[in-house]
Amino acid sequence: MSQVSPGPPRMGFFTDTSVCIGCKACEVACKEWNAIPEDGLNLTGMSLDNTEKLDANTWRHVAFIEQRKPLAFQEPGVRHTGPVPDLATPPAEAPMTPMTPGEPGDLRWLMASDVCKHCTHAACLDVCPTGALFRTEFDTVVVQADVCNGCGYCIPACPYGVIDQRKEDGRAWKCTMCYDRIGDGLQPACAKACPTESIQYGPLDELRERASERLDTMHAAGVTDARLYGDDPNDGVGGTGAFFLLLDEPEVYGLPPDPVATTRDLPAMWRHAALAAAGLVGAGVIACLRSS
Amino acid sequence: MAVRRWLKAWPVFRQLRGEDPSGRGEAAKSRHTAELRARVSTADEVVKSICPYCAVGCGQDVFVKDGRVIHIDGDPDSPISRGRLCPKGSASLQLTTGPGRWYEVLYRRPYGTEWERLGLDEAMDMIADRVIETRRQGWQWEENGVRVRRTMGIASLGGATLDNEENYLIKKLFTALGAIQIENQARI
Amino acid sequence: MAECHPVGFQWVMEAKARGATLIHVDPRFTRTSALADVHVSLRAGSDIAFLGGLVNHVLQNEADFREYVLAYTNAAAIVREDFRDTEDLDGVFSGLDTEHRTYDPATWQYEGADVPSVAGEGDEEFEERTQAGATIREAARVEAHGSGGAGVSGDIHTDETLRHPRCVYQILKRHFARYTPDMVEQVCGVPPDTFRQVCELVTANSGRERTTAFAYAVGWTQHTVGVQYIRTASILQSLLGNIGRPGGGILALRGHASIQGSTDIPTLFNLLPGYIPMPHAHADQTLESFIEAEGTVKGYWGNMRSYLVSLLKAWWGESATADNDYAFDYLPRLTGDHSTNETVLAQMEGTCKGYFLMGENPAVGSTNAKMQRLGMAALDWLVVRDFALIESATWWKDGPEIETRELRTEENGTEVFFLPAASHTEKSGSFTNTQRLLQWHREAVRPQGEARSDLWFTYHLGRRIREKLAGSTDDMDRPILDLTWDYPVHGDILEPDAEAVLVEINGHDARGAPLSAYTELKGDGSTTCGCWIYCGVYADGVNQADRRKPHTEQDWVAKEWGWAWPANRRILYNRASADPDGRPWSERKALLWWDPEHRRWSGPDVPDFQPDKPPDFRPAEGARGPDALRGTDAFVMQADGKAWLYAPAGVVDGPLPAHYEPHESPFTNPLYSQQSNPIRQVVKHPVNRYQPPGSPVFPYVTTTYRLTEHHTAGGMSRWVPYLAELMPEFFCEVSPELAAERGLEHLGWATIVSARTAVEARVLVTERMTPLTVQGRTLHQIGLPYHWGPNGYSTGDAANELAPVVLDPNTHIQESKAMACDIRPGRRPRGPALLEFVRDYRRRAGITDETGMEM
Repeated sequence: MSQVSPGPPRMGFFTDTSVCIGCKACEVACKEWNAIPEDGLNLTGMSLDNTEKLDANTWRHVAFIEQRKPLAFQEPGVRHTGPVPDLATPPAEAPMTPMTPGEPGDLRWLMASDVCKHCTHAACLDVCPTGALFRTEFDTVVVQADVCNGCGYCIPACPYGVIDQRKEDGRAWKCTMCYDRIGDGLQPACAKACPTESIQYGPLDELRERASERLDTMHAAGVTDARLYGDDPNDGVGGTGAFFLLLDEPEVYGLPPDPVATTRDLPAMWRHAALAAAGLVGAGVIACLRSS
Repeated sequence: MAVRRWLKAWPVFRQLRGEDPSGRGEAAKSRHTAELRARVSTADEVVKSICPYCAVGCGQDVFVKDGRVIHIDGDPDSPISRGRLCPKGSASLQLTTGPGRWYEVLYRRPYGTEWERLGLDEAMDMIADRVIETRRQGWQWEENGVRVRRTMGIASLGGATLDNEENYLIKKLFTALGAIQIENQARI
Repeated sequence: MAECHPVGFQWVMEAKARGATLIHVDPRFTRTSALADVHVSLRAGSDIAFLGGLVNHVLQNEADFREYVLAYTNAAAIVREDFRDTEDLDGVFSGLDTEHRTYDPATWQYEGADVPSVAGEGDEEFEERTQAGATIREAARVEAHGSGGAGVSGDIHTDETLRHPRCVYQILKRHFARYTPDMVEQVCGVPPDTFRQVCELVTANSGRERTTAFAYAVGWTQHTVGVQYIRTASILQSLLGNIGRPGGGILALRGHASIQGSTDIPTLFNLLPGYIPMPHAHADQTLESFIEAEGTVKGYWGNMRSYLVSLLKAWWGESATADNDYAFDYLPRLTGDHSTNETVLAQMEGTCKGYFLMGENPAVGSTNAKMQRLGMAALDWLVVRDFALIESATWWKDGPEIETRELRTEENGTEVFFLPAASHTEKSGSFTNTQRLLQWHREAVRPQGEARSDLWFTYHLGRRIREKLAGSTDDMDRPILDLTWDYPVHGDILEPDAEAVLVEINGHDARGAPLSAYTELKGDGSTTCGCWIYCGVYADGVNQADRRKPHTEQDWVAKEWGWAWPANRRILYNRASADPDGRPWSERKALLWWDPEHRRWSGPDVPDFQPDKPPDFRPAEGARGPDALRGTDAFVMQADGKAWLYAPAGVVDGPLPAHYEPHESPFTNPLYSQQSNPIRQVVKHPVNRYQPPGSPVFPYVTTTYRLTEHHTAGGMSRWVPYLAELMPEFFCEVSPELAAERGLEHLGWATIVSARTAVEARVLVTERMTPLTVQGRTLHQIGLPYHWGPNGYSTGDAANELAPVVLDPNTHIQESKAMACDIRPGRRPRGPALLEFVRDYRRRAGITDETGMEM
């Protein structure tokens, strides 16, 4: 459950993939701002995506998906007749860029910038034993590098596979929604850079309203497979602070269709933990006073 | 006092005292986190600039602290870019301060197999001598009986990434030297 | 545009959100196509046929904006009786000189008009009159029209009914009649249905209430017919009334921060600042005879003397006097083409011995990169100024010719200086962006180590040379010793003050006060100005390029941000946004209108017109310069004030565009028996062998391009880890059909071969690359991003190794956007085996030193 505290409204990202041009400004702006290490040269063969996934050194990742599908009334101008390989073939073994099968001659190219979801029910935060992960006054989820001891519990807990351990220092890293910037009233680096406002930052309520309007526009324009992802407070993670307008099933973008917080049953366990903590505190305070 | 401060900062203490009984919010903030500021907010100076890559001409804010550039952001005031930058523009900090920059003059002598170090002053002096000599060697007063007043010995290429003022001095200097083979990327 | 100008593309997305239709015409399905309503894949090198088809559609259906066409274009002008079109001569125009591979444009003129007297063109007539020996047609004269067109004087005969068989409109109609949808399919590989869709979208969106804009980049210019590509778009846009109006135009999307500036203040051989032509060598040439030959009678070029004298005063100050023709003799003279590829040949021949590279990497970025390197290898000395050790600095040590043993380090005598450059944050100065907008960037920090600005380098090099030559009595040293070269410097590194240079560019009056507009320039030596079109950038003693009023605090034109040349006008020829009577064509598209009460042009933009000249103005007999233009002559830089549907002068390869095949094409020209541009510029050299047209040995078409993640030849991106990791190495893009035909494996290696050499690239097989049906057979195209070279963090072969040096005759720009090649699986041979491998290809294709040299 998120904190109910006075202060700023819950802030979030709305990533409208229908206007993403795949420029990767978000990836670079994020790395520049957060001084994230460059992580190697690897031509993946997955369309123009050479980043592959979110990890300790990639907090924004732009996916490129080539599909034999029409984009509403777009005329793609390509002519192909042959079959496309099974999507399950690993890119390294595939005879071509992975491609969603469909009618020959149809082509659309989806691009989407993925990021930490800043879940309402954030399993990573729930399992963190050191308090390195915490929920900010903006209702975002941030890992504190100076507290993290590298235990790694958070990593399997994340239903999206976002948070990750950095080999060089052993600690866990992920998107902070630029906690330092938003605390000073600035936009996160990725949203600031995004040339086409595919990444929008703001109060979550406003973003959800805007997203719903955008979805209506898309449907009216014939993009009937457009959908929102992460906007539902009743989903397995209680809705996300970073949500998306997608043009296909979430799996197509490498997103879980039905994410569930791995720690959904934790609240019942909390009462026991709280009692134990109170006992420890009493002992600690006494010890402190004596030593002074 | 130190103890009290330490106590106040102790997450568990804050957890019990505050409105964060789960210990996953305010109480879990480290001192570092609590004191966190965007580094642009504490910069000494914001210097107005323009992106050096393509010709769209996006506005940039260059943030300087202690005589060093600490960040480059899009300038929201620009009617062209409205604060936005592409991946290259967003990489301007690494372009200008990153590992790719070279800061020393190098010299390869004729038939040399390796670079050698050379001081900037000495290099400038040697280049000035080369220009004077080559200019004279390639000098033409006339071609086919018509006055040309030029040297064909010296050429220059480059300028599309440079400032107007730089191009102006290049054109002015080389023209006065009689060199005509002055070109840049605009030809390409 | 989404690929290479992503932040500019935000405005396209804004337009889309308001209902605009986006059409993307490109051989490849790119990130721009992904957001477009219509993507048209066409054969690289066939755009004149495509655009010509559009022109034909407009003319056949009379879909032109007739009132605009009659008022503002030369549609009604009548052309000389002896003009012969490509229709009459099967693909060439009258005046072709087959011996010298040039056109004599005499027959292209208007009827009744005198010989053209044109900025940048008139020199040809000087040539005829003076019978001087040197040929100057090769000298990129048309670039002198960078701020306006060529001129014509005399009484042009017209037919406002457009029915006269020799009027421009009728000539156009006949000329483009063969550019039918079927022909477009034959040439471009675009199905007729798709083509008709584009025709309908473009014409429906043009006219009184709506405008259509075209945006292009070097995909249109890097051809042997590059200028004619732009001409075809100009004809179409002029017919549709899309020039000088908001939301219209033909927008060149330029790729370097100040590549526009480096054309305006040109580091180009054929130009002086502000598009004043560099003088050619002529016997007994004086300032007066030069201006007479180069200037025009009507229009703003009629004041050329003021521009040139003010420039000479800026450069030579007190030494430029009326008595010595303002030191006009100090300018070195041209004797033909001295463009960059000619320079490379001169280097190989040993004439050119010293070379400066300033922020340019020809060893990767220029066509036939081997030729570039062999030129450098023949130099006495080379100075490279850049951020890092680019390939042009290290070829003597680790270049491709070291590997093939064509060069040996210990046997190469070139002396090389590498000087580190300062970045944009380490110096002040102005960039001119793609919209002619000057924007100032301020120095944030001092450069580290020995890195210095090019301003510093040039100033101090000049200072040292002047000190070393001080006291010389040799006449050849006068221009350098008399040069005004006294700029204030600051800081411990003695950085010259860039603003002082801008002040000189802007110019001042006799009292030393900054000028505010080029209309204040004088031809009597009382004013100075380093670049007349930039005059006003320091008006009122204020750096106008450094104006930064937020866009939220001004109207949509945002006139108070930076400064656009000329005179801070944001849309050129904006008089055409109003009808002949001075009323906006429509309220939606209002930009400028005549205010009869105040008797001035009014509107959000600065008028590109004399601000108080009423629409009904008629010039007095014998008027000169801008005063000779009527109140409806919207195209003020043209000597007749008209947009040219037909160019009676100023374009060396024809008054109208015609589709010619690329120099190296797998097809023959279905439109005419003339295969390629008859006067394309060819270079006969052993390292620049050409492929024969239609050769089955080179059956595929390849084109080069940029990726979002990199910048040109890579000097500003391959060394930047955050960019390098996004596009880690050189690759080629091919269709699954081509992969199957040639056995190419996804992520495997491919070798791409031309008559010059072979390069290797990783393979990306994607349906974004599509086969086309051209002239009844399947054509495969190969995409090659050209950013890589052997140095830096991200490396690979350079695509420009493949391209030939063969040039547009107007601009001397190379044809790198449409070439024929072969592709095969696997890596290329190493060492001398590579040379043998390519020699074998040349043998199989029957290539000799004469191949491709035919007209």
